[in-house]
Amino acid sequence: MTGPAVAFPERAKAALADPVLGTALAKLQSEFRRDRAAMLSRMPEFEALRDRAMAIRDHALARLDALLEEFERNVIAAGGHVHWCRDAAEARETVTALCRAAGATTAAKSKSMLSEEIGLNAALAEAGIVPVETDLGEYILQLRRETPSHIVMPAIHLNAGQIGETFRESHGGLDADRDLGDPDALLAEARATLRRRFLEADVGITGANALIAETGSIMLVTNEGNADLVHSLPKTHIAVAGIEKIVPALDDAMAIVRVLARSATTQEITSYTTLVTGPARETDADGPRGFHVVLVDNGRSTMLAGPYADVLRCIRCGACQSLCPVYGAVGGHAYDAVYAGPVGAVLTPALDGLKKAAHLPQASSFCGQCEDVCPVRIPLPSLMRRLREDSWRRPDIPVAGKRLIRIWAWAARRPTLYRLVQRIEIAALRLLAGRRGAIRSLPFAAGWTAARDFPAPEGGGFVDRWHASRREPRS
Amino acid sequence: MSARDEILAAVRAGAAMRQAATPALGPVLPARATGAPETLRDRFVEMARLAGATVDPAFGRDGVPAALSAFLSRQGLGDRIVLSLEPSLANLPWRAAPRLQVRPGTPTPGDTVSVTAAIAGVAETGSLLVSSGPRAANAAHVLCETHIVILPAGDIVGGYEDALARLRREGGAMPRAATFITGPSRTADIEKTPQIGVHGPRRLHILLVDE
Repeated sequence: MTGPAVAFPERAKAALADPVLGTALAKLQSEFRRDRAAMLSRMPEFEALRDRAMAIRDHALARLDALLEEFERNVIAAGGHVHWCRDAAEARETVTALCRAAGATTAAKSKSMLSEEIGLNAALAEAGIVPVETDLGEYILQLRRETPSHIVMPAIHLNAGQIGETFRESHGGLDADRDLGDPDALLAEARATLRRRFLEADVGITGANALIAETGSIMLVTNEGNADLVHSLPKTHIAVAGIEKIVPALDDAMAIVRVLARSATTQEITSYTTLVTGPARETDADGPRGFHVVLVDNGRSTMLAGPYADVLRCIRCGACQSLCPVYGAVGGHAYDAVYAGPVGAVLTPALDGLKKAAHLPQASSFCGQCEDVCPVRIPLPSLMRRLREDSWRRPDIPVAGKRLIRIWAWAARRPTLYRLVQRIEIAALRLLAGRRGAIRSLPFAAGWTAARDFPAPEGGGFVDRWHASRREPRS
Repeated sequence: MSARDEILAAVRAGAAMRQAATPALGPVLPARATGAPETLRDRFVEMARLAGATVDPAFGRDGVPAALSAFLSRQGLGDRIVLSLEPSLANLPWRAAPRLQVRPGTPTPGDTVSVTAAIAGVAETGSLLVSSGPRAANAAHVLCETHIVILPAGDIVGGYEDALARLRREGGAMPRAATFITGPSRTADIEKTPQIGVHGPRRLHILLVDE
């Protein structure tokens, strides 16, 4: 077996041993829990808002073809262009060609998970176009040549000291005495550097938090305001978006806004929520002359026809990551996937194939918190369970303990044999435990006995005890 | 078959397999997005302040230049402003505040204070809906360190939908860019520490004009 499935336990082990990561994740999860509770107390209608958001997303998926056509018509009517891409390679080629046609040497980017999914930055760099990430977290990661470890808090795995070192290495001519130890100094340094990059960029590339069929608008949601500089300063604006991002009307987009920030960062709304419709009009005071929407399928239309279509409701808030106990223990990078955590466990097999991503749905305790917080009520545990079943049925996918479980299933269908083996097992464990009634170390359960004793079974197996209780008259 | 037709055919097949959409659930409006004008005004001020904006009252349109000038000197922000070309701003009595150096037009990277109008204030979250157009540059909303918005109290509405209805009533078609601005630019990307003023304004100040 090759690929991430082998390496996941290794990466998880390394992550568990990383004290910086551990501190960061503990802070993320405890604060998210606390702040989300406070948000809920301020917004008594939140459950109804979730129902509404879910209904809108479901409705949009059931009419996705018609809505995409309506969206395309309205983008064109507003003076923009729509490009359709079957897969990541087509999307990379399309964006690169648009940048070339604009004569671009640099492209300012605002945070887009889709651009991570299609590997856009590497393709642009290869074509001689310098991509500049402008979201502070993404910018830090770009300098460090790392990938986001959380959907909305991409650099959550780093501390200020690490970021200061990165700036010192990457920003030429920084005074060695200059204190970059605290977040404020780092922010000032990043703001100054990035402002220059904004002004020299030829093309602005954004994602889209929603595509609005009614008006041909795209919605951009940020706290930093970087998307608003990216879509307005350069002379060409390119938005990349998954085809599932459609909502029918403007008011539907606002219904999504009501649950998006509350779920992502527990804010009421982010600082900037922008609706962009077409390029600058002839008489506009500013704005780009070219507006392009690159619609990317990359497995989504296939997903829509299958059992995992519900995950297409996702609005990329990252709440399922912020609460997941597995994500909270190992962080996003251990998953080795663009989308980590519960939603990634469902999305990644659809995007990369189950064989490559079979380890992801295994990385869950099925505690169900992801479904509890999902603003569009995606049944993530059920979908992960179904993916486990798919893996089980695939002979080419090794599942941990597959053989042992097969042996157990074989024996379980032979009750007499099963009970005989069980009696022997119980007797052996009792013998091992001696008078203490507990076992210090067991060869097949070393992970358990490393930190605690294994209690010896008391009484017989369930069936034996059932029969015994039926023989004894109840008192 | 073109990529477009191929994708649409696959989507059509997939969409047809989804059950008829969930029975249409009517719009859900939080209670805080509704109320009498006076209630909405007070809620707007409360929510905008919670989001990190500052709000000063200006008594009548004639009081705006003086209130603005007072804010700038209180904050030590100098006397220069770039004034958006929106008609509601041009005919304010700017001569009443002689210290102010008013440059009408679009801000450039060296400018520090931008003054604009807004389509509406949204009580629900203390947001401002602003729009770009011939007389309103998008840069005026994000480029300067300080953004000051002059908002008549009568332009405060309950929810986002009400603000969008206003936007579309005034202009018909959508403008190139319409933005709900809620408080100053912020980030929590470094150690989850809340910080103000990343790319957009560090300060968002609202002059609320009660007639």
